[in-house]
Amino acid sequence: MPIQYYITLAACLFCIGIVGVLVRRNAIIIFMCIELMLNAVNLLLVAFSKMYHGAAFAHDATSTTGIDGQLFVFFIMVVAAAEVSVGLAVIVMMYRNVHSVDVNFLNRLKN
Amino acid sequence: MGIIQFLFWFLSAIALTGAIMVLASKNPVHSVLWLIVVFFAISGHYVLLNAQFLAIVNLIVYAGAIMVLFLFVIMLMNLSVVIETRKNLWMKFAGIVSGGILFLIMISVVRSSADMVNRTAQLKEGNIGLIQTLGKVLFTEYVVPFEISSVLFLSAMVGAVVIGKKD
Repeated sequence: MPIQYYITLAACLFCIGIVGVLVRRNAIIIFMCIELMLNAVNLLLVAFSKMYHGAAFAHDATSTTGIDGQLFVFFIMVVAAAEVSVGLAVIVMMYRNVHSVDVNFLNRLKN
Repeated sequence: MGIIQFLFWFLSAIALTGAIMVLASKNPVHSVLWLIVVFFAISGHYVLLNAQFLAIVNLIVYAGAIMVLFLFVIMLMNLSVVIETRKNLWMKFAGIVSGGILFLIMISVVRSSADMVNRTAQLKEGNIGLIQTLGKVLFTEYVVPFEISSVLFLSAMVGAVVIGKKD
């Protein structure tokens, strides 16, 4: 499969995530759009890893070129899981204090 | 069109539809369910690229654990009733326009780059995505980041408890 297709798909998902962060006002949906962006990047990393592996595979079937990309995806998932647990705790605290998850109410630093 | 191409377009269509529905649905619970659909489609892409370990981890960690956490928090807050907020159409319009401009720039870069012409991602073959090869590299070359990530998890767990505690 040509690599441009995968790049285009990942760019689509990433831009949908960015539009979601800019448009929606619900803090939880903003958080979910960040997860969407992380997943777009993961897909792109796996596609590039298989691209470089495919180039090396033609000469040597036992080469492990491109395995770093898949390990980076693994570590991105680890960091995203940690981030979600802390971020959701922050959102729960915010809901307890202002009884809303609307980010429009969070402009107190202005004054 | 072979079965591989068909699967690629099918999974891409599911992923894009789900991603758009995440934004479009008013109810946060529906957004979470559509995001799970997106994660399943991306896992299908990983299987197509023969990255089996990442496909399973994506399903277990993202679709299984993280999305359940989201659903749990939404139900804890009783957000499933639609909250009426101030509608600011200009902000929505500006957000969509800026996201679209970014998308156009990315697409034009992809189309005009000479590096990417005639490069293909290898499908179906290549064994770097198997658990055996990934595990060998993970526990030899990448053992220090692996241990550091365990410390990160522990601190995130303690941090979540400390932040969420009622004081």
